[in-house]
Amino acid sequence: MTERLYGARGWTILGAGAVVAFVLFPVFNLAVPAGHPLHLSNFWVTLAGKILSYAIVAVALDLVWGYAGILSLGHGLFFALGGYAMGMYLMRQIGREGQYQSELPDFMVFLDWKEFPWHWWMSEHFWWAALLVVLVPGLLAFVFGFFAFRSRVKGVYFSIITQALTFAAMLLFFRNNTGFGGNNGFTDFKRILGLPITTPGTRMALFALTAAVLIATLLLARWVVTSKFGRVLTAIRDAEQRVMFCGYDPVHYKLAVFTASAVLCGIAGALYVPQVGIINPSEMSPANSIEIAIWVAVGGRGTLAGAVLGAGLVNAAKSYFTVLFPEYWLYFLGLIFIIVTLFMPRGVLGAMSGRVARR
Amino acid sequence: MVSGARGAAAVLLPAAAFFLASSGGAWALDRAAVEKLAFGEGDERIAAIGALLREGDPQAVDLLKALAEGGMQTAGKRVLIVRGEKAVDAVTREAVAPLPPEREDVVANNRLRGAIADALAMLKLLSPERAERLASAKALAGGADAAMLPLLEKALASESDAEIRGLLEIIAAGMQLKAESREARLAAIRTLGRSSSPSSKTLLLDFANDADPDIRREARLSLDAVGKRLAAGEWLGLAFAGISLASILLLAALGLAITYGLMGVINMAHGELIMIGAYTTYVVQNLFRGSAFDWYLAAAVPAALVVSGLVGMALERTVIRWLYGRPLETLLATWGISLILIQTVRTIFGAQNVQVENPPFMSGGIQVLSNLVLPWSRIYIVLFVACVLGAMWVMLAKTRLGLFIRGVTQNRAMASCVGVPTSRVDTWAFGLGSGIAGLAGCALSQLGNVGPELGQGYIVDSFLVVVFGGVGQLAGTVYAALVLGFANKLLESWSGAVLAKIAVLVFIIFFIQRRPQGLFALRGRVAE
Repeated sequence: MTERLYGARGWTILGAGAVVAFVLFPVFNLAVPAGHPLHLSNFWVTLAGKILSYAIVAVALDLVWGYAGILSLGHGLFFALGGYAMGMYLMRQIGREGQYQSELPDFMVFLDWKEFPWHWWMSEHFWWAALLVVLVPGLLAFVFGFFAFRSRVKGVYFSIITQALTFAAMLLFFRNNTGFGGNNGFTDFKRILGLPITTPGTRMALFALTAAVLIATLLLARWVVTSKFGRVLTAIRDAEQRVMFCGYDPVHYKLAVFTASAVLCGIAGALYVPQVGIINPSEMSPANSIEIAIWVAVGGRGTLAGAVLGAGLVNAAKSYFTVLFPEYWLYFLGLIFIIVTLFMPRGVLGAMSGRVARR
Repeated sequence: MVSGARGAAAVLLPAAAFFLASSGGAWALDRAAVEKLAFGEGDERIAAIGALLREGDPQAVDLLKALAEGGMQTAGKRVLIVRGEKAVDAVTREAVAPLPPEREDVVANNRLRGAIADALAMLKLLSPERAERLASAKALAGGADAAMLPLLEKALASESDAEIRGLLEIIAAGMQLKAESREARLAAIRTLGRSSSPSSKTLLLDFANDADPDIRREARLSLDAVGKRLAAGEWLGLAFAGISLASILLLAALGLAITYGLMGVINMAHGELIMIGAYTTYVVQNLFRGSAFDWYLAAAVPAALVVSGLVGMALERTVIRWLYGRPLETLLATWGISLILIQTVRTIFGAQNVQVENPPFMSGGIQVLSNLVLPWSRIYIVLFVACVLGAMWVMLAKTRLGLFIRGVTQNRAMASCVGVPTSRVDTWAFGLGSGIAGLAGCALSQLGNVGPELGQGYIVDSFLVVVFGGVGQLAGTVYAALVLGFANKLLESWSGAVLAKIAVLVFIIFFIQRRPQGLFALRGRVAE
């Protein structure tokens, strides 16, 4: 028995989302003149783009946590690595327009460096940056996952060591000598692919691209979980030993989905950085990675659509709170963590649909 | 070292009295020297201090103290010592009344103050008390301005004690390194080779690449000799730093060894319980301010234990108990709790760090070797951790509650069958673990900043200590803390703090993958 990719309702919602992203947003932002009551300002486009790239991360985490039962607290790291790979290219695009009018980025001039360190090799080419965005998080996840899954590190252990990994990476990136701008990270981007990065046109293009990637991610993830591969994953989540006794090797399945998930995070990070205009090591802080888990939990684990919904709800709430009552945001976020885990273990979608409970 | 010499200057009175006796009467001071001190610049003024003190005149001591305290003023060409409404001429000691209307303060910069303090300390070298001379010589060992050399030579000439002579010769050699004659410099370098103080090493380093081959050779020989003597202290210092870090890691992880290790609860708010302990210490400190401040820790320790313990018990009752057996959900819920606790503390105490002062017996340190000072605060914390560890062991091994906790850990159903109130034991055990976190906070408040994010820095570390040692193994936690503490400090000494920390984290990550059960594995059916 194979499930269909989406039912009629699923396709309708997906289509409606595509219409909003690809038609309504450009029209109201670009075609409607500024000052008109229907005009959509750049602020909202950027905010929406940011939330959509978070949604990609949430879907990626839902793949490993909701379906394979692996709670990774390192997804913030993969996201940030993708962001840094793109950030390097964007820093090169600044060219000589920096504060010090040097070929080198400002922070290197500031450190009195004369040439690019080795890991900036080829960073002036977009295709190389695009390759790094995929390769670096993917390779790291593959190597790390290989050792972890092979020695059957699972459950909370896996969460704790992925958290330690993120923490170690954050410390590394905070160092000035690592060559990624220390605690300031990368910012003040000017151009992407030769186009000025702050114009409404470029912003809208980036937003539309993010929306397209999110839709593609949803389709891909849905395809994965409805395939036989996905069914084995779910089986591993529910009874790993029985799956082994049936002759499957869980290591391959977990490793594949973990690596794919990390790559998706990297891509999301690469889309996030040009829109937000900054990347720094605080993106790797353990707190960020745990927040990703709560997006998924709020929306509903193991539903994919729930991850998108959760990322949207939590981040919309965050933007709302941090503007209006910043001091209450942490109370609110903390309460969401507690309420969702205690009273809504299946998240918003689960509570709405009332389907059979799955753990 | 300068500050030490300044401290010595504060108890100068006996030395001054001694001079009054020995010089037998007061003369007018050297006018040229006084004027140089008041109107001159930089080196000139320092040289003037030496010239004024050469005769050991108590009036010179008085003058210098006045200058250091800001009581020296000039009126035209005249130099005055002004104290309150009274003034005397600095040279003739005649009273000046009424005060001239236009006066200017003579400003003593830091260098001049340091030189005065050194000079005054040096006067104590002539004291008849051996202990006083020795203390003064040690205070000067950090190096003094070369202008004071004549004074030092005078002290050296009259010194008969071998130990003090040795110290003085090294100080004198340090001053002569910049001497005119090459022979004198060579001799000074050779003498410095007998030193065992790190400041001599710094002085010699300047000459290790001197253009003159003889000086270069001698300097390197001397450096080797000093370096060998210093090495012991460096290694001991490293070992102590390792023990100190290990004790802090252990303290932060001990509470977690109960809540996570024994009960299996992933408490991400553990760091915040530490933070609450630190803030409790802060509050108790403020209550004790004014009276009995020295003893506030005696109240802060139990207070931190109780407050954090109660918060922990409340958390267990309201949130955590509904999540037993669902570790990932527990992780998320306790993370939420930690956010709420951080924001609560921010709302009450503000986002800024608060000031927790050490009681007097914890400040300062004990000088073990010339280059090794062990701070009392760290020593007390190592002892404190040992006590907490001992108390916790007794608690778990010898008391009824400990028996219950172990019973519930090993087989909840069976424990319940024989009448152990398992749910109450859970609450108490969680409270105990949280209380120990509070104790950790109390100890940490003595070492560094206390702020709302204090706990966040310890959460990753303390989990790794527990996991590294083997979950459910108290002894494992202790060994893990020791290993990590030493490894961290050892790496730190040659790669810097951040890289050392990263290396240790990566090491643990790979270690856990090789040996998921930790250093000490539980055997048998408990393991899965």
